[in-house]
This record gives sequence, structure tokens and C-alpha cells, in this order.
Amino acid sequence: MKSYLAPKFIIERDTERCINCKVCVNQCSFDSHYYDADDDKVKSRIGKCVGCHRCVLFCPTQALTVRENPLDYRANYNWSPEVIEDITKQAESGGVVLTGMGNDKSQRIYWDHLLLNASQVTNPSIDPLREPMELTTYLGRKPDKIDIDKQDPQSIKLKTELAPQVKLDVPVMFSAMSYGAVSINVHKSLARAAVEMGTLWNTGEGGLHPDLYKYGNNTIVQVASGRFGVQPSYLNIARVVEIKIGQGAKPGIGGHLPGEKVTAEVSSTRMIPHGTDALSPAPQHDIYSIEDLSQLIHALKEATNYTKPISVKIAAVHNSAAIASGMVRAGADIIVLDGFRGATGAAPKIIRENVGIPIELALASVDTRLRQEGIRNQASLVISGGIRNSGDVIKAIALGADAVNIGTAALVALGCRVCQQCHTGKCAWGICTSDLFLSKRLNPDIGARRAANLLRGWSHEIKDMLGGMGINAIESLRGNRLHLRGIDLTDTELEVLGVRMAGN
Amino acid sequence: MKQLELVQNTFQDDKIIDACSIFGIMDTIGTRFSGEDIVKAMALMHMRSNGLGGGFAIYGIYPEYAEQYAFHIMYTCQQGRDETELFLKNNFNVIYHEEIPTRQTAGITDPPSVWRYFLDVKDNGKVSEDDYIVSRIMEINTTIPDSFVFSSGKNMGVFKGVGYPEDIANYFCLDKYQGYLWTSHGRFPTNTRGWWGGTHPFSILDWTVVHNGEISSYGINRRYLEQFGYECTMQTDTEVIAYAIDLLVRKHHLPMNIVAKILAAPLWSSLERYPAEEQILLKTLRQVYGSLLLNGPFAVIIANTNEMIGLTDRIKLRPMIAATKENKLYLSSEESAIRLISPELDKVWYPAGGELVVGNLRHPPGKTLPESVGAQLIC
Repeated sequence: MKSYLAPKFIIERDTERCINCKVCVNQCSFDSHYYDADDDKVKSRIGKCVGCHRCVLFCPTQALTVRENPLDYRANYNWSPEVIEDITKQAESGGVVLTGMGNDKSQRIYWDHLLLNASQVTNPSIDPLREPMELTTYLGRKPDKIDIDKQDPQSIKLKTELAPQVKLDVPVMFSAMSYGAVSINVHKSLARAAVEMGTLWNTGEGGLHPDLYKYGNNTIVQVASGRFGVQPSYLNIARVVEIKIGQGAKPGIGGHLPGEKVTAEVSSTRMIPHGTDALSPAPQHDIYSIEDLSQLIHALKEATNYTKPISVKIAAVHNSAAIASGMVRAGADIIVLDGFRGATGAAPKIIRENVGIPIELALASVDTRLRQEGIRNQASLVISGGIRNSGDVIKAIALGADAVNIGTAALVALGCRVCQQCHTGKCAWGICTSDLFLSKRLNPDIGARRAANLLRGWSHEIKDMLGGMGINAIESLRGNRLHLRGIDLTDTELEVLGVRMAGN
Repeated sequence: MKQLELVQNTFQDDKIIDACSIFGIMDTIGTRFSGEDIVKAMALMHMRSNGLGGGFAIYGIYPEYAEQYAFHIMYTCQQGRDETELFLKNNFNVIYHEEIPTRQTAGITDPPSVWRYFLDVKDNGKVSEDDYIVSRIMEINTTIPDSFVFSSGKNMGVFKGVGYPEDIANYFCLDKYQGYLWTSHGRFPTNTRGWWGGTHPFSILDWTVVHNGEISSYGINRRYLEQFGYECTMQTDTEVIAYAIDLLVRKHHLPMNIVAKILAAPLWSSLERYPAEEQILLKTLRQVYGSLLLNGPFAVIIANTNEMIGLTDRIKLRPMIAATKENKLYLSSEESAIRLISPELDKVWYPAGGELVVGNLRHPPGKTLPESVGAQLIC
């Protein structure tokens, strides 16, 4: 069948600069470049390029330019080029349109409508270069009060024993991304960066490669609907065990890692046969209700001898607040909310773009609800889904989060260009692929340095902003919505966010 | 004098930003003395306030009604008083009540009428007397218009209003009262013209707080306290200090030196200098009560029947100086104010950020002290 899809990008090759070195041919995993032996020339194909910039950045003579194909349609707000092309794809394939990364549509990004406070005159701002500035955060269940033994006033004894707590030096962790979806070198990079920066990384649902057990103290391991790689040593090596109910990019549906991605290493890590499809069912088939969740939480606490906080991750959906309250009462020590901008290795485009709610609103309503019920202290609240910079992080904390997870931002630090081809398994940057030839491209030493640098930069920025507000400890900002003001928001939006209008 | 903020602010989160003078004197063996000295000291620090608020807390003021809860209630209209008095009659045995005597004072304009009531609890049911009192105060302050409870402890009283502290003292005839512990506050708010209820000392039961500073963590301190049923109605960040102490001391039964480690928690990096067992205690306190850490510049004098406590934020962004002379402990924003009334001092020192200064009565006032037990001063 002739395809009616026009090329997305055009590649321009400056023949004056090109030295026919074939770097682009070797680097492109989408077959955009080839060597024409007859002409003894490197040439480009039209129609293959996905705009990942790998060739552009690795061309030693800067001979390549990639630009969007300026294909003009008759203007139509309803029938945009994207809509037409999706229909065309389905007419040619009869399938579900797949995509990678997070929702790229123009729904309101609330972070950009929230502004932070700073001290002037009545209150000194604090310079983090000269004064202590504390970002230390402990995740885990906290009691309502502590009891002490006052018999001897000279030596006060603590009677309360806290549930397991996890210390974060910076309130930013790496999101769950499974081995198989991302390459082993991504796991290595993030694990090492987490160790260096005193934070946690997350295995995702694809198990933990034996080489990475040594990073266990900085690792969150996931137990998801496919139960891949779940075994006693996996649970016990971790710092936190996370039950994955859903993710923001595709709430309510499962996952499917195609058999060709299940290499020998992936197979042994996930504990499934080599080359078979790894199917994650949409629900966990032992959790059909909240009491079932409670049972799994306690089963995992038993299995780990009550030494680790149990986290539960859900996608942000309409009634997240009520669900979160149930989760806390079911025994979750950490709640992870993943907003509709959350990314994925592969999801039906229609789901990614239409299901779930913005994380800012979900966070605000969950935090408010847990406080109304007086149980906010019983679980830590972690959010994720489209966090782009330290400004988003600090606003999330002011809205009520204990910490945030970053996925896409961490991958961008490793080289990702957000070309949204994760589902193809051909990532030219060696990130979202299990192809050994491609995944070698990510050097975990360099990757760890880049990811750690990102967190280092963000923590400097967070300290600056905190100091500006006259605050020297992150817990004094957590849930402190008085330090936020909204702009361009309706009264209802302000009410849900619990934030006042700027100038008010 | 309608409180517009309460009506117009849907989030109920206004806080008043202010700078101030604070001063406290305590006789640690419980000998009562007049307010002459403290008024002089406050007048010296006139420049630190701007006439928008002054107030005093006096302990040991009503020995004749020492067993009754002494309510000072401010009314801005007759109807508020009628409703409140009916409410008091229904919930308490009113032993005695009267309008607090005042004298005309230049600089005090448009004062509300302030009454005092000595109350016995009729029937507190299953809750403790103190809890019962706190709930009734919350009820008056939030449901009866134009009425506000200034103070509610036993054998203590708060006098405050809009004006310079020395004018407030004159207005309420404080020269006629005696107490063993006095604290005072002169206010320099930077936004609204204060209302009488929003001035310091802020008080609940026998706790009072005078506060110089701004609490940048107010938003979260308040939201945390709301989980425990405290309604912040006074639009001032000072009340969170009083409620936090009420929660930690009265409900969670923590001693004051532990409370200080919550409100002005030691830095994480300094924990390693503590002995191992104490490290765990301090770490646990901060993990559990992190939302009560008071952040931003502050110096406070907190008092109750037995103690006067000085505390500053952990990097000491507001001044506080402490001094002792014989049985007396002084706390002040400025040393000059102390020297004015007591030129010769036994000891003068600048407490470090987050360091607690406590003056403690070994025995409650009115009881004879055994000779061997003098004043206890933990510094």
C-alpha cells in the first residue's frame, strides 16, 4: 500500500562540509543516512528522520541540518495536520497509534501560572553561600506525636520508634523506568548518580540487574502487575519497595514489552523466557479493591521484615484524593502521584493525550484532603509527571509534596532529545532501547556525571530560592502555599490549588 | 470594627508582618512587683514600635480569684457582649465579672470595651478542663461576632490594644496591678492598621507569647496545627507559636527544652556533635515535627504560670538579650532597656540562635518556699 504520510523532517547536507566519513550512517538507527558506493558519497533518505539530532551532533564537520518539513495544509483548527496524519497511520495499519514520552499537548501547565515569594525589608533573605540551607528530607510514615520517658530530666529517653525512614539529601528522585524499556546503561547512570547525590533511583517494573544490586541502598524496586524480577533478594536489597498501580502516561492500561526487546540479560532480570513478550496486565490481578492493596502492602512489609517503607504509585486521576486517602489507610508509607504529563516507553497516543489530570491539581487536592483527614503525616507524598526544572520542584514542594520524581528530565541529562520514538526501540542515543549496539552509546560514567550534575545544579537553585523566601529548611516550605501566588487562573483553579491570586 | 479580613479572605491565611520590641521580667521566687519598671523599659524602646499595638501579660495578678479562669474579653458592640455573656452563663459559673477599669489616654482612640470574668467550669464532660476552655474560646472567637477573648488563664491577665505600650499601660491603669512575671510587646506592623485582638501578647490558657519577627513557615505551621483542631483566627503568625506550644506541651506532654528543639531545631549538620542517643532523639523530633519548625526571623518570650522562656530562630535574625539580677531574670530586645531599670546586673548574655533561656519557679506562687529551694535558672 502506498503510504500517504509525508516526511516529518528534511535533512540538509552541506556537501562542501561533508567529508563522507560515514559517522552519520553509523549513528542513525533509523536508516536516514547511507553510503552510496557507486557515487562514493554519503547521502540521506527522505522520510526516515525522527528529529533525534544524533547525526547533527556527531557530524565532525557540522555538515548536517535537520528541519521540519514545511508541509502546509489548508488551515483548519479542527483537522490539524497531526489529526490527519494519525488517521492516515491507522488507515494504513489498522492498529493503535503508539507513541513514547509524555503528553505533548497544550493543556495548561500550572507550574507556569504559579509564582514564588521573596523577602523584602521585613524579613531578611538568606544567602545559601554564607548560611546553612537544608534540603534534607525523610520519606516514610510519621506518627502523630512522639512519646518520651521523662523520669530522669537529665537524660530524656525516646519511647517512640519510628517506622522506617529514608533520607534524601535532595528532594528529587529518578522516576521508575524499567530495564528493557531503557538500557542497562541508563540504570547504571541513574543508580550511580543517585548514590553520589544521596537520593534514590527506581528500577521500574522490569527487575534489577544483578550488577546493580550493589546500589541497593539507593534503589526503589517496583512490584507491578507483571511481577517481573520479583524475588526475595530483589525486595530485600532495596531501600524502598514500590507497588505500581498505574502511571500518568497511560492510566488504566497495562504494558507490553515486545519479544525482540527481551534479550538474554533482560530475560534473566525479568525472569521470563528469552524473546517472549513481557505483558503487564492493566490491573494487578490480586488487587481488585482497596483491601486487596492493603494485603499486598502488608505482605511486602512481612517479606522485608518491616525494614522498608512501602510506596504505592498511582496515576493522577479524577478522584485521586479519595484514592490516596484509602491508600494511606491501607498502610502505604509513601504515595507517588504521576500526572498526565508523565512519560512512558510506549503508550497508545489516544490514552496519553486524553486520560488523567494535571499533577499540580492532583497534588494540591491530595495534600489538602489528607490534611483535612488529619493523616497527611502518615505517608510521604511524592509527585512526578513533567517536572522540568528546579522551579517546578520548589513549587511542587510548596503545594505539599515531600519530593518529586524526574524521568524525562533525567533522560534529557543523559542525551535524550525528546523525539518521542521510545516505542520503536531504536533510540539512537542508547537510552530507550535494549539493542546492545545502541545501548553501548551511553557511557554510564559520563551518564552518572551528567545526571548528578543536573541534581547538583537544581539543588543550588532550590537553595537560592528558599533563601530568597527567608527559609533555611525545606520542611518549612513543604505545603506552605502562602509562598505561592497564581496568575491567569480562574477562581476555581485557585481554589483547587489553595493558592491566592498574585497581588492579593 | 468589623474584621474585614475574616470576611473577605477565603483562605483565612492573612498574617500580619511586623517588627517589634519585646521585654520580660520574672521574679523567680514569685515575689510580686508593679509594672512601673517594664513600662519604663518599653518606653525606652519606643522607636521599635509605631503605635499600632502594645500589650502586657501579667502573672500573679488575681490572687483573690486564683482558682478561677480569668477571661478578658473585648467587645466592639453591645450585642456581642450580650451574646457572649449568655454563652458564658450557659457554659460556666460566673463567679465575678466587671468592666476592666481604664483611664482616658491621649493616643488611645476608639477603644473597644474590655471586660473580665472569673469562671468555674460547670461540666466539662469527658474532655479535660483545659480542652473544654480552649474549645469554648474557639467558639466565641469564631461564632460570636464582635467578641474576642484576650486571655483565659488562671491568676494571669493580658492587657493589650492599639497604641504605644506605655499608652496602653496608662489606659489600662497597669500601675495598679502587681505580678511576679511581666512580659510586654510594642508593635511595628507594616500593613493593616491593627485591631485590638491582633496585638500581642497572644494567649491561650495561661500561655502567653510576645513575638518580634515574621514567621516564614507560617503557612505550613498553620496547616499542621489545623490537623489537630486549632483554628487560627487572629491573622497573626504569633498565634501559631502559642498553639504549637499548647499542642506540644499540654497535649503531647513534651518538656520545654524538647519543644525548643522542635521550634528551633538544630541543623542536621550539627547533629553529629551530639551523643548517639541524643542524635536519635533530635532526628526523630525533626522527622515527626518538621512542620512545626519556625523558620524566618523571630525572637519570642513565652510565659506560663511557672516559666518565662526566651527563644530566637536558629540563626538569630532578631535580637534577644538576657540578664539576671538576684532573683530576677530579664529578657529584652535591647540591653539599654534592661540597664535603664537595673543598671547593675549579675550576668548579661546574648543567647545563641535557637538557644533556650528559661526562668523557672520552683514552686507555684502563693505557696511557701522551703529555704533550701531557691530560684532555679536554667541558662
